[in-house]
Amino acid sequence: MKIRINEIWAAHQKEIAEDHYYFARSCIRQNIFPAAENLYLNILKDELGKDIFDDERHTTCTGIAYHSGLIPMETIMTVVARQFALMNEAGYENFVVSCVTSFGIYVEMLETWKHFPETLHKTRTALKKATGKSFEIPKNLVHASDIIYKFRKELSDKTRYKLVNQNTGEPLKVVDHIGCHYAKIFPSHGVGGAEYPYVLAGLTDEWGGKQVDYPERRHCCGFGFRQYLLKSNRGYSVTNSKKKFESMYPYKPDVIIANCPGCTFFLDRWQYVIAEQQGKTYGENGFGIPVLTYEEIAGLLLGYDPWDIGLQIHQVTVEPLLDKLGIEYDPEKKYKGINGEDIGIPEKPNILKSV
Amino acid sequence: MPTLYEQLEKDVRYIEGSKACMNCGVCTAICPAAEVSDYDPRMIVSLVQQKDEAELEKLLKSDTIWRCGECLSCKTRCPRGNVPCYIIQALRALSIETGLFIESEQGRKQLAIKRTVGDHILKYGYCIYFDEVDLETYPEQGPVWDWFRNNRESMMERLGTSYKKNTSGTLRNTSKESLDDLKKIFDETGGTQRFEKIEQYSSVKAKELKKDFSGEKDEYWKYLYNE
Repeated sequence: MKIRINEIWAAHQKEIAEDHYYFARSCIRQNIFPAAENLYLNILKDELGKDIFDDERHTTCTGIAYHSGLIPMETIMTVVARQFALMNEAGYENFVVSCVTSFGIYVEMLETWKHFPETLHKTRTALKKATGKSFEIPKNLVHASDIIYKFRKELSDKTRYKLVNQNTGEPLKVVDHIGCHYAKIFPSHGVGGAEYPYVLAGLTDEWGGKQVDYPERRHCCGFGFRQYLLKSNRGYSVTNSKKKFESMYPYKPDVIIANCPGCTFFLDRWQYVIAEQQGKTYGENGFGIPVLTYEEIAGLLLGYDPWDIGLQIHQVTVEPLLDKLGIEYDPEKKYKGINGEDIGIPEKPNILKSV
Repeated sequence: MPTLYEQLEKDVRYIEGSKACMNCGVCTAICPAAEVSDYDPRMIVSLVQQKDEAELEKLLKSDTIWRCGECLSCKTRCPRGNVPCYIIQALRALSIETGLFIESEQGRKQLAIKRTVGDHILKYGYCIYFDEVDLETYPEQGPVWDWFRNNRESMMERLGTSYKKNTSGTLRNTSKESLDDLKKIFDETGGTQRFEKIEQYSSVKAKELKKDFSGEKDEYWKYLYNE
Protein backbone atom coordinates (compact mmCIF):
# COMPACT_ATOMS: atom_id res chain seq x y z
CA MET A 1 0.00 0.00 0.00
CA LYS A 2 1.34 3.40 -0.90
CA ILE A 3 1.89 5.63 2.12
CA ARG A 4 0.38 9.08 1.58
CA ILE A 5 2.55 11.92 2.79
CA ASN A 6 0.93 15.29 3.36
CA GLU A 7 2.50 17.65 0.84
CA ILE A 8 0.61 20.86 1.64
CA TRP A 9 3.89 22.19 3.05
CA ALA A 10 5.33 22.38 -0.46
CA ALA A 11 3.21 25.45 -1.22
CA HIS A 12 5.06 27.42 1.46
CA GLN A 13 8.70 27.92 0.60
CA LYS A 14 11.18 30.62 1.49
CA GLU A 15 14.50 31.85 0.21
CA ILE A 16 17.50 30.38 2.03
CA ALA A 17 20.88 31.78 1.01
CA GLU A 18 23.39 29.39 -0.52
CA ASP A 19 26.53 30.44 1.38
CA HIS A 20 28.34 33.16 3.39
CA TYR A 21 26.44 33.49 6.63
CA TYR A 22 26.71 35.66 9.75
CA PHE A 23 25.88 33.52 12.81
CA ALA A 24 23.86 34.92 15.73
CA ARG A 25 24.16 32.64 18.75
CA SER A 26 21.43 31.65 21.21
CA CYS A 27 21.45 32.36 24.96
CA ILE A 28 19.61 29.17 25.90
CA ARG A 29 21.48 26.89 23.50
CA GLN A 30 24.91 28.08 24.62
CA ASN A 31 24.04 27.62 28.28
CA ILE A 32 21.91 24.50 28.31
CA PHE A 33 23.33 22.48 25.39
CA PRO A 34 26.80 24.00 25.13
CA ALA A 35 28.15 21.66 22.44
CA ALA A 36 25.27 22.15 19.99
CA GLU A 37 26.31 25.37 18.27
CA ASN A 38 29.90 24.28 17.68
CA LEU A 39 28.54 21.08 16.17
CA TYR A 40 26.32 23.20 13.92
CA LEU A 41 29.27 25.30 12.79
CA ASN A 42 31.36 22.18 12.18
CA ILE A 43 28.63 20.64 10.05
CA LEU A 44 28.35 23.77 7.94
CA LYS A 45 32.08 24.27 7.56
CA ASP A 46 33.46 20.72 7.46
CA GLU A 47 30.61 18.73 5.96
CA LEU A 48 29.04 21.32 3.66
CA GLY A 49 32.05 23.55 2.98
CA LYS A 50 30.17 26.75 3.84
CA ASP A 51 31.50 30.07 5.09
CA ILE A 52 29.87 31.08 8.37
CA PHE A 53 31.19 33.85 10.59
CA ASP A 54 31.13 33.47 14.39
CA ASP A 55 31.33 37.04 15.71
CA GLU A 56 32.57 37.61 19.26
CA ARG A 57 30.97 41.07 19.35
CA HIS A 58 27.27 40.28 19.19
CA THR A 59 25.13 40.00 22.32
CA THR A 60 21.79 38.57 23.35
CA CYS A 61 18.92 39.94 21.26
CA THR A 62 17.10 40.41 24.64
CA GLY A 63 14.13 38.43 23.27
CA ILE A 64 13.44 36.45 26.44
CA ALA A 65 13.20 39.69 28.40
CA TYR A 66 11.07 41.29 25.70
CA HIS A 67 8.56 38.45 25.67
CA SER A 68 8.45 38.57 29.47
CA GLY A 69 7.11 42.12 29.30
CA LEU A 70 10.32 43.56 30.68
CA ILE A 71 11.82 45.87 28.10
CA PRO A 72 10.44 48.40 25.60
CA MET A 73 10.08 47.55 21.94
CA GLU A 74 12.35 50.48 21.05
CA THR A 75 15.13 48.87 23.09
CA ILE A 76 15.00 45.45 21.48
CA MET A 77 14.61 47.04 18.07
CA THR A 78 17.85 48.94 18.56
CA VAL A 79 19.70 45.89 19.92
CA VAL A 80 18.59 44.02 16.78
CA ALA A 81 19.84 46.95 14.68
CA ARG A 82 23.25 46.70 16.39
CA GLN A 83 23.50 43.02 15.45
CA PHE A 84 22.78 43.95 11.83
CA ALA A 85 25.42 46.68 12.00
CA LEU A 86 27.96 44.09 13.20
CA MET A 87 27.01 41.84 10.30
CA ASN A 88 27.54 44.74 7.88
CA GLU A 89 30.92 45.55 9.44
CA ALA A 90 31.99 41.91 9.06
CA GLY A 91 31.12 42.05 5.35
CA TYR A 92 28.13 39.69 5.37
CA GLU A 93 24.55 39.99 4.06
CA ASN A 94 22.98 36.71 5.15
CA PHE A 95 21.94 36.55 8.81
CA VAL A 96 21.50 33.11 10.44
CA VAL A 97 19.77 32.91 13.79
CA SER A 98 20.46 30.03 16.18
CA CYS A 99 17.47 30.67 18.46
CA VAL A 100 13.80 30.44 17.47
CA THR A 101 12.76 33.19 19.90
CA SER A 102 15.42 35.41 18.34
CA PHE A 103 14.37 34.41 14.83
CA GLY A 104 10.82 35.54 15.62
CA ILE A 105 12.19 38.77 17.07
CA TYR A 106 14.33 39.59 14.03
CA VAL A 107 11.47 38.90 11.63
CA GLU A 108 9.06 40.92 13.78
CA MET A 109 11.38 43.91 13.77
CA LEU A 110 11.85 43.69 9.99
CA GLU A 111 8.08 43.51 9.52
CA THR A 112 7.47 46.38 11.94
CA TRP A 113 9.94 48.55 10.05
CA LYS A 114 7.98 47.77 6.87
CA HIS A 115 4.54 48.47 8.36
CA PHE A 116 5.64 51.48 10.43
CA PRO A 117 8.53 53.13 8.56
CA GLU A 118 8.87 55.79 11.24
CA THR A 119 10.10 53.09 13.64
CA LEU A 120 12.95 52.27 11.27
CA HIS A 121 13.96 55.92 11.17
CA LYS A 122 13.80 56.17 14.97
CA THR A 123 15.87 53.00 15.33
CA ARG A 124 18.57 54.28 12.98
CA THR A 125 18.74 57.51 14.97
CA ALA A 126 18.85 55.73 18.35
CA LEU A 127 21.57 53.30 17.26
CA LYS A 128 23.70 56.07 15.81
CA LYS A 129 23.34 58.17 18.94
CA ALA A 130 24.02 55.29 21.33
CA THR A 131 26.83 53.48 19.52
CA GLY A 132 27.84 55.53 16.47
CA LYS A 133 26.82 52.59 14.26
CA SER A 134 24.69 52.46 11.10
CA PHE A 135 23.08 49.38 9.60
CA GLU A 136 21.61 47.86 6.49
CA ILE A 137 18.86 45.26 6.56
CA PRO A 138 20.10 41.72 5.77
CA LYS A 139 19.59 40.43 2.27
CA ASN A 140 18.53 37.07 3.67
CA LEU A 141 17.51 36.14 7.23
CA VAL A 142 16.84 32.53 8.21
CA HIS A 143 16.79 30.22 11.19
CA ALA A 144 19.76 27.86 11.59
CA SER A 145 17.54 24.82 10.99
CA ASP A 146 16.55 26.23 7.59
CA ILE A 147 20.10 25.70 6.34
CA ILE A 148 20.23 22.10 7.54
CA TYR A 149 16.87 21.63 5.78
CA LYS A 150 18.17 23.23 2.57
CA PHE A 151 21.16 20.90 2.47
CA ARG A 152 19.41 17.79 3.85
CA LYS A 153 20.08 15.77 0.69
CA GLU A 154 23.78 16.69 0.63
CA LEU A 155 24.04 15.67 4.28
CA SER A 156 22.15 12.47 3.59
CA ASP A 157 24.83 11.50 1.08
CA LYS A 158 27.45 11.78 3.82
CA THR A 159 25.66 10.00 6.66
CA ARG A 160 26.96 6.73 8.11
CA TYR A 161 23.63 5.90 9.71
CA LYS A 162 19.95 6.38 8.79
CA LEU A 163 16.93 6.98 10.99
CA VAL A 164 16.23 3.26 10.85
CA ASN A 165 16.02 0.75 13.68
CA GLN A 166 18.95 -1.56 13.06
CA ASN A 167 17.27 -4.36 14.98
CA THR A 168 14.03 -4.39 12.99
CA GLY A 169 14.84 -2.56 9.76
CA GLU A 170 11.85 -0.30 10.40
CA PRO A 171 12.06 3.52 10.13
CA LEU A 172 12.37 5.25 13.49
CA LYS A 173 9.25 7.08 14.62
CA VAL A 174 10.22 10.75 14.87
CA VAL A 175 8.24 13.47 16.62
CA ASP A 176 9.16 16.88 15.23
CA HIS A 177 8.55 19.86 17.47
CA ILE A 178 8.75 23.29 15.85
CA GLY A 179 9.22 26.28 18.15
CA CYS A 180 6.10 28.49 18.06
CA HIS A 181 8.03 31.58 16.98
CA TYR A 182 9.52 29.83 13.95
CA ALA A 183 6.36 30.20 11.85
CA LYS A 184 3.27 30.92 13.96
CA ILE A 185 3.96 34.67 14.02
CA PHE A 186 4.98 35.04 10.38
CA PRO A 187 4.02 31.84 8.49
CA SER A 188 5.62 33.00 5.24
CA HIS A 189 9.02 33.01 6.95
CA GLY A 190 8.86 29.29 7.81
CA VAL A 191 9.41 26.34 5.47
CA GLY A 192 5.93 24.85 5.11
CA GLY A 193 4.21 27.75 6.88
CA ALA A 194 2.55 27.54 10.29
CA GLU A 195 0.09 24.70 9.67
CA TYR A 196 2.43 22.20 8.02
CA PRO A 197 5.97 23.24 8.92
CA TYR A 198 8.35 21.00 7.03
CA VAL A 199 11.73 22.22 8.26
CA LEU A 200 12.21 19.19 10.55
CA ALA A 201 9.76 16.77 8.92
CA GLY A 202 11.85 17.20 5.77
CA LEU A 203 14.91 15.95 7.65
CA THR A 204 12.94 12.97 8.96
CA ASP A 205 11.72 12.05 5.47
CA GLU A 206 15.13 12.51 3.86
CA TRP A 207 17.12 10.66 6.49
CA GLY A 208 14.96 7.55 6.57
CA GLY A 209 12.64 8.13 9.53
CA LYS A 210 8.86 8.20 9.79
CA GLN A 211 6.94 11.29 10.88
CA VAL A 212 4.65 10.93 13.88
CA ASP A 213 1.48 12.93 13.26
CA TYR A 214 -0.15 13.15 16.67
CA PRO A 215 -3.04 15.38 17.83
CA GLU A 216 -1.02 17.98 19.79
CA ARG A 217 1.82 18.15 17.27
CA ARG A 218 1.53 21.93 16.92
CA HIS A 219 0.91 22.72 20.58
CA CYS A 220 3.40 24.95 22.40
CA CYS A 221 6.05 23.28 24.61
CA GLY A 222 4.91 25.60 27.38
CA PHE A 223 7.87 27.94 27.81
CA GLY A 224 5.60 30.91 28.38
CA PHE A 225 8.62 33.19 29.02
CA ARG A 226 7.65 34.87 32.33
CA GLN A 227 5.63 31.77 33.23
CA TYR A 228 8.75 29.60 33.25
CA LEU A 229 11.09 32.28 34.58
CA LEU A 230 9.14 32.46 37.85
CA LYS A 231 9.22 29.35 40.02
CA SER A 232 5.69 30.14 41.18
CA ASN A 233 4.36 29.99 37.61
CA ARG A 234 6.12 26.91 36.25
CA GLY A 235 2.96 24.78 36.39
CA TYR A 236 2.02 26.50 33.11
CA SER A 237 5.12 25.16 31.46
CA VAL A 238 5.09 21.56 32.66
CA THR A 239 1.33 21.24 32.06
CA ASN A 240 1.66 22.17 28.40
CA SER A 241 4.61 19.84 27.88
CA LYS A 242 2.67 17.06 29.58
CA LYS A 243 -0.25 17.61 27.24
CA LYS A 244 2.11 16.95 24.34
CA PHE A 245 3.73 13.87 25.92
CA GLU A 246 0.33 12.32 26.66
CA SER A 247 -0.77 12.98 23.10
CA MET A 248 2.35 11.51 21.44
CA TYR A 249 2.72 8.56 23.86
CA PRO A 250 0.33 6.13 22.08
CA TYR A 251 2.41 6.51 18.90
CA LYS A 252 5.53 5.20 20.71
CA PRO A 253 8.01 7.74 19.35
CA ASP A 254 11.69 6.78 19.27
CA VAL A 255 12.95 10.35 19.39
CA ILE A 256 11.79 13.96 19.51
CA ILE A 257 13.65 16.49 17.39
CA ALA A 258 13.25 20.22 17.96
CA ASN A 259 14.55 23.38 16.32
CA CYS A 260 14.05 25.69 19.29
CA PRO A 261 16.57 25.74 22.17
CA GLY A 262 13.86 26.39 24.75
CA CYS A 263 11.61 23.60 23.47
CA THR A 264 14.52 21.12 23.47
CA PHE A 265 15.22 22.05 27.08
CA PHE A 266 11.62 21.84 28.31
CA LEU A 267 10.75 18.61 26.51
CA ASP A 268 13.89 17.06 28.03
CA ARG A 269 13.65 18.35 31.60
CA TRP A 270 9.90 18.14 32.10
CA GLN A 271 10.04 14.41 31.34
CA TYR A 272 12.35 14.11 34.34
CA VAL A 273 10.04 16.20 36.52
CA ILE A 274 6.87 14.35 35.49
CA ALA A 275 8.59 11.01 36.14
CA GLU A 276 9.80 12.05 39.59
CA GLN A 277 6.52 13.74 40.60
CA GLN A 278 3.97 11.41 39.07
CA GLY A 279 5.86 8.22 38.25
CA LYS A 280 4.99 8.52 34.56
CA THR A 281 7.60 7.84 31.87
CA TYR A 282 7.01 8.15 28.14
CA GLY A 283 9.79 6.11 26.54
CA GLU A 284 10.33 2.34 26.54
CA ASN A 285 11.19 0.34 29.67
CA GLY A 286 11.11 3.29 32.07
CA PHE A 287 13.29 5.57 29.96
CA GLY A 288 12.19 8.92 28.58
CA ILE A 289 11.91 9.82 24.92
CA PRO A 290 15.29 11.30 23.90
CA VAL A 291 15.00 14.95 22.81
CA LEU A 292 17.60 16.14 20.33
CA THR A 293 18.18 19.23 18.24
CA TYR A 294 18.35 18.97 14.45
CA GLU A 295 22.14 19.26 14.38
CA GLU A 296 22.53 16.68 17.14
CA ILE A 297 20.55 14.22 15.00
CA ALA A 298 22.59 15.21 11.95
CA GLY A 299 25.82 14.83 13.94
CA LEU A 300 24.90 11.33 15.10
CA LEU A 301 24.00 10.21 11.59
CA LEU A 302 27.24 11.69 10.26
CA GLY A 303 29.20 9.62 12.76
CA TYR A 304 30.22 12.17 15.42
CA ASP A 305 30.89 10.65 18.85
CA PRO A 306 27.75 11.23 20.99
CA TRP A 307 29.85 12.30 23.97
CA ASP A 308 31.85 14.80 21.88
CA ILE A 309 28.62 16.53 20.85
CA GLY A 310 27.31 16.82 24.40
CA LEU A 311 24.53 14.25 24.51
CA GLN A 312 25.55 13.30 28.05
CA ILE A 313 24.30 16.74 29.15
CA HIS A 314 20.70 15.83 28.33
CA GLN A 315 18.71 14.66 31.34
CA VAL A 316 16.83 12.05 29.29
CA THR A 317 19.22 9.19 28.54
CA VAL A 318 20.00 8.87 24.83
CA GLU A 319 21.43 5.31 24.77
CA PRO A 320 18.14 3.64 23.73
CA LEU A 321 18.22 5.81 20.59
CA LEU A 322 21.92 5.12 19.94
CA ASP A 323 21.28 1.38 20.21
CA LYS A 324 18.41 1.53 17.73
CA LEU A 325 20.53 3.51 15.28
CA GLY A 326 23.34 0.98 15.62
CA ILE A 327 25.79 3.65 16.73
CA GLU A 328 28.88 2.37 18.53
CA TYR A 329 29.81 4.34 21.62
CA ASP A 330 32.03 3.89 24.64
CA PRO A 331 29.97 3.97 27.86
CA GLU A 332 33.15 4.59 29.85
CA LYS A 333 33.76 7.90 28.11
CA LYS A 334 30.30 9.30 28.74
CA TYR A 335 31.03 11.12 31.97
CA LYS A 336 34.73 11.78 31.58
CA GLY A 337 36.06 15.33 31.67
CA ILE A 338 38.81 16.86 29.57
CA ASN A 339 41.61 14.41 28.69
CA GLY A 340 39.67 11.52 30.22
CA GLU A 341 39.59 13.12 33.69
CA ASP A 342 37.54 11.15 36.21
CA ILE A 343 34.93 13.60 37.50
CA GLY A 344 32.37 11.17 38.91
CA ILE A 345 28.91 10.58 37.52
CA PRO A 346 25.53 12.30 38.02
CA GLU A 347 23.10 11.00 40.61
CA LYS A 348 20.43 8.80 39.11
CA PRO A 349 16.83 10.00 39.21
CA ASN A 350 14.53 7.92 41.38
CA ILE A 351 12.02 7.07 38.66
CA LEU A 352 13.27 8.09 35.22
CA LYS A 353 15.59 5.31 34.08
CA SER A 354 19.10 6.37 33.13
CA VAL A 355 22.37 4.73 32.09
CA MET B 1 -2.04 64.17 31.32
CA PRO B 2 -2.94 61.83 28.43
CA THR B 3 -5.62 59.23 29.04
CA LEU B 4 -4.68 55.57 29.28
CA TYR B 5 -6.16 54.98 25.84
CA GLU B 6 -4.21 57.86 24.36
CA GLN B 7 -1.04 56.25 25.68
CA LEU B 8 -2.04 52.77 24.55
CA GLU B 9 -2.86 53.92 21.03
CA LYS B 10 0.71 55.16 20.54
CA ASP B 11 2.03 51.61 20.79
CA VAL B 12 2.50 50.09 17.32
CA ARG B 13 1.76 46.65 18.73
CA TYR B 14 -1.67 47.83 19.84
CA ILE B 15 -2.28 49.35 16.41
CA GLU B 16 -1.06 46.24 14.58
CA GLY B 17 -2.91 43.83 16.89
CA SER B 18 -6.29 45.54 17.01
CA LYS B 19 -8.69 45.07 14.12
CA ALA B 20 -12.44 44.64 14.54
CA CYS B 21 -12.77 41.59 16.79
CA MET B 22 -15.98 39.63 16.17
CA ASN B 23 -15.64 37.61 19.38
CA CYS B 24 -15.41 34.23 17.68
CA GLY B 25 -13.11 32.88 20.41
CA VAL B 26 -10.69 30.98 18.18
CA CYS B 27 -7.79 32.66 20.01
CA THR B 28 -9.07 31.33 23.33
CA ALA B 29 -9.55 27.85 21.91
CA ILE B 30 -5.91 27.66 20.81
CA CYS B 31 -4.40 29.49 23.79
CA PRO B 32 -2.10 27.45 26.10
CA ALA B 33 -2.59 30.00 28.89
CA ALA B 34 -6.39 29.80 28.70
CA GLU B 35 -6.08 26.08 29.30
CA VAL B 36 -4.17 26.38 32.55
CA SER B 37 -5.33 29.66 34.09
CA ASP B 38 -8.14 32.16 34.33
CA TYR B 39 -7.18 33.82 31.07
CA ASP B 40 -9.28 34.54 28.00
CA PRO B 41 -7.70 36.45 25.10
CA ARG B 42 -11.10 36.91 23.45
CA MET B 43 -12.27 38.85 26.51
CA ILE B 44 -9.15 41.01 26.46
CA VAL B 45 -9.65 42.07 22.84
CA SER B 46 -13.36 42.53 23.36
CA LEU B 47 -12.75 44.70 26.39
CA VAL B 48 -10.10 46.99 24.94
CA GLN B 49 -12.11 47.69 21.79
CA GLN B 50 -14.93 49.07 23.94
CA LYS B 51 -12.73 52.11 24.78
CA ASP B 52 -13.86 52.31 28.38
CA GLU B 53 -11.16 54.12 30.34
CA ALA B 54 -12.23 52.76 33.74
CA GLU B 55 -12.33 49.18 32.47
CA LEU B 56 -8.89 49.63 30.92
CA GLU B 57 -7.51 50.83 34.23
CA LYS B 58 -8.97 47.77 35.96
CA LEU B 59 -7.32 45.56 33.36
CA LEU B 60 -3.94 47.20 33.88
CA LYS B 61 -4.24 46.53 37.62
CA SER B 62 -5.24 42.91 37.13
CA ASP B 63 -3.42 39.57 37.05
CA THR B 64 -5.08 38.80 33.72
CA ILE B 65 -2.64 40.59 31.42
CA TRP B 66 0.27 38.68 32.95
CA ARG B 67 -1.13 35.20 32.25
CA CYS B 68 -0.28 35.13 28.53
CA GLY B 69 2.77 33.02 27.61
CA GLU B 70 3.48 34.99 24.40
CA CYS B 71 3.58 31.86 22.21
CA LEU B 72 1.65 33.91 19.64
CA SER B 73 -0.46 30.96 18.52
CA CYS B 74 -3.33 33.48 18.50
CA LYS B 75 -1.71 35.45 15.68
CA THR B 76 -1.81 32.47 13.35
CA ARG B 77 -5.45 31.69 14.01
CA CYS B 78 -7.40 34.94 14.14
CA PRO B 79 -9.58 35.15 11.01
CA ARG B 80 -9.72 38.95 11.31
CA GLY B 81 -5.99 39.59 11.74
CA ASN B 82 -6.15 40.57 15.40
CA VAL B 83 -3.19 39.68 17.59
CA PRO B 84 -4.29 39.38 21.21
CA CYS B 85 -0.67 38.81 22.25
CA TYR B 86 0.46 42.10 20.70
CA ILE B 87 -2.31 43.85 22.64
CA ILE B 88 -1.10 42.10 25.79
CA GLN B 89 2.46 43.32 25.11
CA ALA B 90 1.19 46.90 24.82
CA LEU B 91 -0.94 46.55 27.97
CA ARG B 92 1.98 45.15 29.96
CA ALA B 93 4.20 48.04 28.88
CA LEU B 94 1.54 50.56 29.88
CA SER B 95 0.94 48.82 33.20
CA ILE B 96 4.61 49.24 34.08
CA GLU B 97 4.87 52.80 32.77
CA THR B 98 1.88 53.88 34.89
CA GLY B 99 3.00 51.88 37.94
CA LEU B 100 -0.27 49.97 37.96
CA PHE B 101 1.60 46.64 37.71
CA ILE B 102 2.24 46.61 41.44
CA GLU B 103 -1.51 46.43 42.08
CA SER B 104 -1.67 42.79 41.00
CA GLU B 105 0.15 39.72 42.35
CA GLN B 106 1.31 38.70 38.88
CA GLY B 107 2.25 42.20 37.81
CA ARG B 108 4.51 42.84 40.76
CA LYS B 109 6.46 39.68 39.88
CA GLN B 110 8.08 41.69 37.08
CA LEU B 111 10.65 42.74 39.64
CA ALA B 112 11.77 39.12 40.07
CA ILE B 113 12.26 38.80 36.30
CA LYS B 114 14.01 42.17 36.07
CA ARG B 115 16.49 41.09 38.73
CA THR B 116 17.30 37.86 36.90
CA VAL B 117 16.95 38.02 33.12
CA GLY B 118 16.94 41.82 32.97
CA ASP B 119 20.09 42.29 35.02
CA HIS B 120 21.84 39.34 33.30
CA ILE B 121 21.55 41.15 29.96
CA LEU B 122 23.54 44.13 31.15
CA LYS B 123 25.93 42.12 33.34
CA TYR B 124 26.76 39.21 31.02
CA GLY B 125 25.35 40.07 27.58
CA TYR B 126 23.15 36.95 27.82
CA CYS B 127 19.49 36.66 28.91
CA ILE B 128 20.37 33.58 30.91
CA TYR B 129 23.86 32.73 32.09
CA PHE B 130 25.32 29.44 33.24
CA ASP B 131 26.68 30.67 36.58
CA GLU B 132 23.21 31.83 37.65
CA VAL B 133 21.35 28.60 36.84
CA ASP B 134 21.56 26.78 40.17
CA LEU B 135 19.34 23.97 41.38
CA GLU B 136 17.72 26.03 44.11
CA THR B 137 16.39 28.53 41.58
CA TYR B 138 15.81 25.95 38.82
CA PRO B 139 15.31 22.53 40.52
CA GLU B 140 13.89 20.97 37.34
CA GLN B 141 17.37 21.15 35.84
CA GLY B 142 17.99 17.82 37.53
CA PRO B 143 21.02 15.74 38.55
CA VAL B 144 22.83 15.75 35.20
CA TRP B 145 22.89 19.55 35.26
CA ASP B 146 24.06 19.50 38.87
CA TRP B 147 26.95 17.19 37.93
CA PHE B 148 27.76 19.37 34.92
CA ARG B 149 27.82 22.53 37.03
CA ASN B 150 30.01 20.93 39.66
CA ASN B 151 32.49 19.91 36.96
CA ARG B 152 32.09 22.93 34.75
CA GLU B 153 35.75 23.71 34.17
CA SER B 154 36.60 20.26 32.89
CA MET B 155 33.34 19.72 30.98
CA MET B 156 33.24 23.13 29.32
CA GLU B 157 36.73 22.41 28.01
CA ARG B 158 35.72 18.85 27.06
CA LEU B 159 32.80 20.18 24.99
CA GLY B 160 34.93 22.77 23.21
CA THR B 161 33.31 25.90 24.59
CA SER B 162 34.85 29.34 25.16
CA TYR B 163 33.36 29.65 28.65
CA LYS B 164 35.02 32.55 30.52
CA LYS B 165 37.33 33.23 27.58
CA ASN B 166 37.80 36.49 25.72
CA THR B 167 37.42 35.04 22.24
CA SER B 168 34.68 33.92 19.86
CA GLY B 169 32.79 30.70 20.55
CA THR B 170 30.15 29.25 22.83
CA LEU B 171 29.63 31.08 26.14
CA ARG B 172 32.51 33.49 25.51
CA ASN B 173 32.78 36.54 27.71
CA THR B 174 30.94 39.49 26.25
CA SER B 175 33.45 42.29 25.77
CA LYS B 176 33.26 45.52 27.75
CA GLU B 177 32.73 47.38 24.49
CA SER B 178 29.66 45.27 23.67
CA LEU B 179 28.26 45.56 27.21
CA ASP B 180 28.77 49.32 27.04
CA ASP B 181 26.90 49.41 23.73
CA LEU B 182 24.00 47.53 25.33
CA LYS B 183 23.87 49.94 28.25
CA LYS B 184 23.94 52.96 25.96
CA ILE B 185 21.13 51.48 23.87
CA PHE B 186 19.10 50.86 27.04
CA ASP B 187 19.73 54.46 28.15
CA GLU B 188 18.78 55.88 24.76
CA THR B 189 15.62 53.84 24.14
CA GLY B 190 13.90 53.70 27.52
CA GLY B 191 15.16 50.31 28.71
CA THR B 192 17.07 51.76 31.64
CA GLN B 193 14.15 53.96 32.65
CA ARG B 194 11.83 50.93 32.46
CA PHE B 195 14.08 49.00 34.84
CA GLU B 196 14.28 51.97 37.21
CA LYS B 197 10.50 52.29 37.25
CA ILE B 198 10.12 48.61 38.11
CA GLU B 199 12.53 49.04 41.03
CA GLN B 200 10.98 52.31 42.24
CA TYR B 201 7.35 51.19 42.19
CA SER B 202 8.34 47.82 43.68
CA SER B 203 10.09 49.47 46.63
CA VAL B 204 6.81 51.13 47.57
CA LYS B 205 4.92 47.85 47.41
CA ALA B 206 7.61 45.97 49.34
CA LYS B 207 7.37 48.54 52.13
CA GLU B 208 3.60 48.20 52.18
CA LEU B 209 3.93 44.41 52.42
CA LYS B 210 6.65 44.78 55.07
CA LYS B 211 9.25 42.85 53.05
CA ASP B 212 12.96 43.58 53.04
CA PHE B 213 13.89 45.48 49.87
CA SER B 214 17.67 45.70 49.75
CA GLY B 215 18.36 44.55 46.20
CA GLU B 216 19.23 41.38 44.26
CA LYS B 217 17.65 38.25 45.82
CA ASP B 218 16.25 39.96 48.90
CA GLU B 219 13.19 38.91 50.88
CA TYR B 220 10.82 40.65 48.47
CA TRP B 221 12.44 38.93 45.45
CA LYS B 222 12.12 35.51 47.10
CA TYR B 223 8.47 36.19 47.91
CA LEU B 224 7.73 37.20 44.32
CA TYR B 225 9.75 34.44 42.71
CA ASN B 226 8.54 31.52 44.81
CA GLU B 227 5.01 32.24 46.01
